[in-house]
Amino acid sequence: MESEKKQAEVIVKSLDKRFGPIHAVRDISFSVKKGEVLGFLGPNGAGKSTTMKMITGFLEPTAGTVSVCGYDILEDPIRVKEKIGYLPEGAPLYSEMTVKSFLEFIADVRGYKGERKAQRVEELIQKINLTSVRHQTIETLSKGSKRRVGVAHALFHDPEVLIMDEPTDGLDPNQKFEVRKLIQEMAQEKVIIISTHILEEVDAVCTRAIIIASGKLLFDGTPAELQARSETGRLDDVFRDITTSYYQEQGVSAAS
Amino acid sequence: MNNIKAVFKREFAGYFSTPVAYVFIVIFLFLSGAFTFYLGAFYERNQADLEPFFRFHPWLYLFLLPAIAMRLWSEERKTGTIELLMTLPIPIHQAVIGKFLAAWCFTAVAVVLTFPMWITVNYLGSPDNLVIFASYIGSLFMAGGFLAIGSCISALSKSQVIAFSISVVICFMFLFSGFPLVLDFFRAWAPQAVVNAIASFSFLTHFESIKKGVIDIRDVIYFILLICFWLYANVVVIEAKKAS
Repeated sequence: MESEKKQAEVIVKSLDKRFGPIHAVRDISFSVKKGEVLGFLGPNGAGKSTTMKMITGFLEPTAGTVSVCGYDILEDPIRVKEKIGYLPEGAPLYSEMTVKSFLEFIADVRGYKGERKAQRVEELIQKINLTSVRHQTIETLSKGSKRRVGVAHALFHDPEVLIMDEPTDGLDPNQKFEVRKLIQEMAQEKVIIISTHILEEVDAVCTRAIIIASGKLLFDGTPAELQARSETGRLDDVFRDITTSYYQEQGVSAAS
Repeated sequence: MNNIKAVFKREFAGYFSTPVAYVFIVIFLFLSGAFTFYLGAFYERNQADLEPFFRFHPWLYLFLLPAIAMRLWSEERKTGTIELLMTLPIPIHQAVIGKFLAAWCFTAVAVVLTFPMWITVNYLGSPDNLVIFASYIGSLFMAGGFLAIGSCISALSKSQVIAFSISVVICFMFLFSGFPLVLDFFRAWAPQAVVNAIASFSFLTHFESIKKGVIDIRDVIYFILLICFWLYANVVVIEAKKAS
């Protein structure tokens, strides 16, 4: 047992990933500390999800390292996974389970037992607004409710690091607002990484933004710095500027 | 242990939350009964034992157990829940064991539900119940072998149909590896030692004494090693997919 208190942070060093001939992530490095909300931006297929999958230990990097709260993802994958709460893209869930039994399964895996387990499941059902659907099977839920179950799963063990892949994708404006509020409430005491291609979201919740395209890191700074790079002061324009100029240099069109 | 239990519980309940479990159990009971009475000539033999019942277990297992195992990993891949499972703090081998045990226990439930057979034979005569008990145990070990193969193959593909078909073929080869059907294929080019080794892999050879109620420790060890080997392969397949 290590007695020292590990600091809550995520350090990504020279991360690289190839799928056969496809070079999905190229030499990406960054680090995120407690209290920061990192927005991961980029066009579709830029490598956002792949990077998140490597941080959470679902995929193994071709090269480079990820360290979460002092633990290496390849050497100590279980420790890392204990620290992280992860909402995968599209929030895949066991559709034949009821909301309650699914959360109980997560409780079992996360080591909650007896009274503590019942309490935590109940607490999350209240907090994430799942009271009316708790006994329904997940396949019968609306998209918004499903996403909320996914969020409840990610938050279950009150993780130090929260990673959410497009948490507001496909939600209506009210639901988006709810998720953003939740993120803002937790921002102080966690490391949070979210990916999105909604730029207003970056403005609303993120303290830092990273832009990647074709697997390369193109910008790392605060949303204000990002805004300052545009003549019009609009994030959309900077985003287009940065990503399309990169694609032009590479001799490919942004549409491909 | 905790993780194995959690995965087991979820998976086992999963069988019963869809019609799969009930359809499977009904078909299994119906076919095992039909085979025993019609093909096995249960009455005509005039013997108070369950040999004609156990004789058909390898054949039933060959087609029914890959159907039980095919969903274990294929479905997780197809629906994307594998990402959920693999990012929870569960070591891969524990997830593999938990899932396998769930499939195995489910099969055990189906096999135990054949108990009217046992009642029937006890009603008609006075069989050696220890022999019958031993055959049940042996049959379950063989079922474990089939399921371990099926579980490993299901990790290879996100299509349950492909997983099922390949599992049946591999189970078929294991079932028949002591027979010319399989051996002739190897005899042409492999050295005799290899051919002998393949022949010794046959499920049927190892089940031969089990169905007569004789549990030879070598047969049990064979099935246990077989299960361990395929579950290990299962872990390797999942690890490999992570790196690809």
